[in-house]
Amino acid sequence: MVEKSDSPNKPSTGPEIHAASEQASDQESPALVSRRWLLLKAGVALNGLVGLALAVPIVRYLFAPVRKDSSYSSWVSLGNVSDFPVGETRLTTYRNPFTRSWDGETDNVACYVRREGSSQFTVFAINCAHLGCPVRWFPQSQLFMCPCHGGVYYADGSRASGPPERGLFTYDYQIAGGRLQINAGQMPTLSNTARLVNISTPGIDGDCPCRG
Amino acid sequence: MPRLKSIYDWFERRVQLEGPVKDAVLHKVPRNTASWWYVFGSAAFTLLLFQIVTGILLALVYVPSGAEAWNSLNVLNHQIPLGWYLRALHGWGSNFMVAVVFIHMAQVFLFGAYKFPRELTWTVGVFLLLATLGMAFTGQVLRFDQDAYWGLGIGVFIVSRVPWLGGGLVHLLLGGPVIAGATLSRFFTLHVFVIPGTLLGLALLHVWMVLKLGINEWPMPGRLVRKSTYVAEYNQLSHDDGIPFVPGAFWKDLVFSAAILAAVAVCAAVFGPYGPGGQPNPAITQTVPKPDFPFLWIYAVLSYLPPSMETPFILIAPILMIAGLLAVPFVASEGEKSWHRRPVAVLALATVAVAWGVFTHLATYTPWSPHMSAWSGDTLPARYLEAATPVVRQGAIIFQAKQCRNCHSIGGHGGERGPALDDVATRMTADQLRYKVVTGGGNMPAYGKNLSPPEIEALVSFLETLHPKGEPPAFDASQHRIEANPSPPPVGGSAAP
Repeated sequence: MVEKSDSPNKPSTGPEIHAASEQASDQESPALVSRRWLLLKAGVALNGLVGLALAVPIVRYLFAPVRKDSSYSSWVSLGNVSDFPVGETRLTTYRNPFTRSWDGETDNVACYVRREGSSQFTVFAINCAHLGCPVRWFPQSQLFMCPCHGGVYYADGSRASGPPERGLFTYDYQIAGGRLQINAGQMPTLSNTARLVNISTPGIDGDCPCRG
Repeated sequence: MPRLKSIYDWFERRVQLEGPVKDAVLHKVPRNTASWWYVFGSAAFTLLLFQIVTGILLALVYVPSGAEAWNSLNVLNHQIPLGWYLRALHGWGSNFMVAVVFIHMAQVFLFGAYKFPRELTWTVGVFLLLATLGMAFTGQVLRFDQDAYWGLGIGVFIVSRVPWLGGGLVHLLLGGPVIAGATLSRFFTLHVFVIPGTLLGLALLHVWMVLKLGINEWPMPGRLVRKSTYVAEYNQLSHDDGIPFVPGAFWKDLVFSAAILAAVAVCAAVFGPYGPGGQPNPAITQTVPKPDFPFLWIYAVLSYLPPSMETPFILIAPILMIAGLLAVPFVASEGEKSWHRRPVAVLALATVAVAWGVFTHLATYTPWSPHMSAWSGDTLPARYLEAATPVVRQGAIIFQAKQCRNCHSIGGHGGERGPALDDVATRMTADQLRYKVVTGGGNMPAYGKNLSPPEIEALVSFLETLHPKGEPPAFDASQHRIEANPSPPPVGGSAAP
């Protein structure tokens, strides 16, 4: 039961033991009461101070996953350059460089490698630029199609139709010791690998570089 | 009996709950609120408790680890006696809870129960709705199958669109750079600790306010809510024409809650548990991810947005929707409660319900998505190739092999992204077909680079045969004049067949 100095005539609703102590408090001097309030405020302030001191490490712990993109990324090999025939687009997988032992199969990441020339490659992320679903490559029609919301891309990754605002995401690549390497490590999204690109009216304007 | 009474008294002297409980159960409520329309709130609370119990039972076996979660669900499904049934109960309990919460909200809205002095009860209810949907989404993630994985991916792509903070928010959401073990762990924390704790706390506050402010009286046309007089009028009504909450109104709550739990039990037994679907290996790309039932409408809306609207809509619409819901009791805190005198409210509710129904229905068959296996799986009806010339047959092969079928149906089979082509020749001339195939347009990719000129000719020859018997194909009226008077140079590069 809270003792309130400003309501001395408040009728007691609790059992009698409380009523007795309340009566006692009525007779105490205002100085004593105001001292108690000061101590209460000091108690609140002390808790606030300790809370703040504890909040610093807790917040640091909570935000631990937020890091610079570059700290998650590293060069990953996709295999020998000769594994990828010139002029073709191949699905391949790699193991994400940033792993925990309990990740299971989730560290297997797929990507598409398109080899345009002897040392010219484009490595596409599997994720549709719209909302990240896995696009599928159809070599017969030379199109990537997304199963979720109907995004379609041309062989060079540029947008063909559907809701995506831009073409497929690509990885930076390098060839080292005859092996194709990509700079990978995190899920490609609009916030890390790319900026929004303006697209002209899709359709018959001839805006796409791979129009025949 | 006296012995029982003395034991009861011993406890009552120490816990002293009899008074408050009696106050709560015997307080008078307006007679006509003892209605079958007023049972959804208590049913939602019952389902919350049911979900807590079944969730705890599942947690006895489930392993919240990226490597083991999927396996542990399969063990539940196939190896532990009735493990499948517990999963089904929890999954169907979730469906029913989302549905009942929405129905409760619609009823409260229609009955004007959010008006003074119950504004805050509605506000808390909005957060209860959000928490319920949060439970549904995080629950889908805990299934940790392919749908869960790619559903998370969609969440990541939505969050990544936030200006400036997007990248950091993605890392926070995932607990790292990619969807992996750390992601499952934090969604487990959300689903099992954070959101249920919030949900239970808010639900108790919600019920507390219902007890303190009284159950909303049955709305009568012409009985206006005024802040100055409402409380006195309500107390008068409960006093003059009131009945104790228990048993007068409560028996209906009990019966309905039991009926809902029975429905959950039956659905779980008949339809079984949800998944898990394929294992969460992102290297498996042969997958068609789909969200759970409560989110199908969002899935549909996201498919129909024009590209330029994507980011603004995704970032602004949810804020507007939540702000709109929160604003309802403050915009209309007084006035009519009866739906007979609130046409705007009724129309708004009907519009939302119809839109939700339409989008959800569309998402069940996703007409916007290419059918990934239509080109190799759906055969052309033989009648389309009777009396076909070799070129037409070649065109039909190209039509199948180049995945045209993934977006265009013929004979009722194939994708629905583009128009059905059974009678395309009646709509487009050969030149128009050729132009469309080469340059694409609208939602059609351009095939100019992917088809050789002979392939295009063969494809167009085939498409030209697609018209009903007795209905001639479309033709260019000016073509006859050109053919009759061959002196002007031909228009365009292609000749009519």
